[in-house]
Amino acid sequence: MTTQSETGYRSEAAALPIGTPRHHMVIFAVLFGLLLVAPSVLYPVFLMKVLCFALFASALNLLLGFGGLLSFGHAAFFGSSSYVAAYAAKAWGFNPEFAILLGVLAAAVLGLGIGALAIRRQGIYFAMVTLAFAQMVFFFALQAPFTGGEDGIQAVPRGRLFGLIDLSSDLTLYFVVLAIVFGALLLIYRIIHSPFGQVLKAIRDNEPRSVSLGYKVNRYKLAVFVMSAALAGLAGATKAIVFQLASLTDVYWTMSGEVVLMTLLGGMGTVFGPLIGAAVIVTMQNYFAGFGAWVTVLQGAIFVVSVLLFREGIVGVLAKWLKKPL
Amino acid sequence: MFELLGIPPQALFGQLLLGLINGSFYALLSLGLAVIFGLLNIINFSHGAQYMMGAFVAWMLLTYTGINYWWALLIVPLVVGASGVVIERLMISRLYHLDHLYGLLLTFGLALIIQGLFRNQYGVSGLPYSIPAELSGGTNLGFMFLPNYRGWVIVASVVVCFATWFAIEKTRLGAYLRAATENPTLVGAFGINVPRMITLTYGFGVALAALAGVLAAPIYSVNPNMGADLIIVVFAVVVIGGMGSILGAILTGFGLGIVEGLTRVFYPEGSAVVIFVIMAIVLLVKPAGLFGRTQ
Repeated sequence: MTTQSETGYRSEAAALPIGTPRHHMVIFAVLFGLLLVAPSVLYPVFLMKVLCFALFASALNLLLGFGGLLSFGHAAFFGSSSYVAAYAAKAWGFNPEFAILLGVLAAAVLGLGIGALAIRRQGIYFAMVTLAFAQMVFFFALQAPFTGGEDGIQAVPRGRLFGLIDLSSDLTLYFVVLAIVFGALLLIYRIIHSPFGQVLKAIRDNEPRSVSLGYKVNRYKLAVFVMSAALAGLAGATKAIVFQLASLTDVYWTMSGEVVLMTLLGGMGTVFGPLIGAAVIVTMQNYFAGFGAWVTVLQGAIFVVSVLLFREGIVGVLAKWLKKPL
Repeated sequence: MFELLGIPPQALFGQLLLGLINGSFYALLSLGLAVIFGLLNIINFSHGAQYMMGAFVAWMLLTYTGINYWWALLIVPLVVGASGVVIERLMISRLYHLDHLYGLLLTFGLALIIQGLFRNQYGVSGLPYSIPAELSGGTNLGFMFLPNYRGWVIVASVVVCFATWFAIEKTRLGAYLRAATENPTLVGAFGINVPRMITLTYGFGVALAALAGVLAAPIYSVNPNMGADLIIVVFAVVVIGGMGSILGAILTGFGLGIVEGLTRVFYPEGSAVVIFVIMAIVLLVKPAGLFGRTQ
């Protein structure tokens, strides 16, 4: 229909300039301060859920918003890492930090495999390929002997961090999760603003030109795919330790859809959008938990409205309004 | 009775039949996706939900008004296709100037809404739809027992697929369609109403999904999730076949159904994932798909 290339998504929000705007650091600092005192007002487990999904959505946003690649199968990395971490902590008695690391490693390896195949197609084919592979991972999780089938892996011990700090208290765990997630968010921020990130944005905006400039486009795409998968894995593994559970929900396609929704609603290609999107969607799920399938209907409606009227997302609109990239 | 590789022939032919049935649905659904993609350049994520709607509308017609299966075959595609026309006019048509990914996201949202609404109303346990009296029973073919209804599904889907292929490749209307796929601006300049053609094409693709839903209703139980997992397999089928060719979509659909059936005979554990594995191999060997053109 259009003359537009099939090769990816172009952010409608203001493009991020080179360098690190000072107001981003201020926002990060304020956010961190707020999250430090948040458990005195809000339930820590709820906050940890928000944090895990904020990281998950930011990982997807690294790929979608900055790499221009829409993965519809990110649940594969979130879920498989969640299973690996849960299994390592429960069956092998790993400390939580090693269980999480192993989960991240598993997600990265899986990301390397799926990514290497998926980047051979572009645009909507890329989305379909990732979705199909994620479904394959789902069937594997359903049938494999160590995943517990429909029950998942339950009663995962939270254990002691570094063998010293007991994580059974929600509040202690909250600060650990906050440190993990915030560290990862800063890492994502660093990746976006690195020379690597600049090349990535160049590929997103005009792939043929990047090729003609001599960049090995596929290497960049694969690298960002693996990073995104590993970070999604970090979110999944942390979630498994927090909820002491790895289940089929984590690896099902609805999870992939949810994280795309969080990113879209918050603002694709913005730094803070996925955090806001995750907070809104998780809050909504919490409040509407008793309404059964209406949550699905509502999520679908948010999708439709976001796509039709609100493509910049919440933070994207704010950024336009403030005339500052967020 | 002779045995093939240690597999009793009844089991082999039984699974082949099941494979052909699944293949019929893969073919019908991937055909609809390919037709829509050809002109609209979007992947219709709500295709599975519209297939489910087809089965449900058939069930409603029978339960609430007593309209039988044969009329449902005619009415359901029209009704669901009309709902597709409305969706295209109200929503999808606003996205043509944007990246194609937005079409995918929009139709994904629509699929969630449709599935959620049906789940609220009818639960997830599934509703029975009985086989029409004319097609109950079965035929003994000598080497196997063929339930009549299953034979009918295969024949019907082959006929519908062939008719669609014929309409697109051999008729004047199809020629317009193919021309508009290549260059909508030029076709519009010749005085053909391209936007209307796009709308009707989407309606037609959705109607195909609904027809598949009616055919499926007596085989699988009618439930709100029946399309959700199926559509992901159909996506893999589409990636394997490539969406460049109508005939390619049909052949890939039937072929993969048979491969899946055979896998169920020889290596049952692999049957759920065999299509995805084939997709991986095709991506390695021929990334554009078996019948695809490189863009």
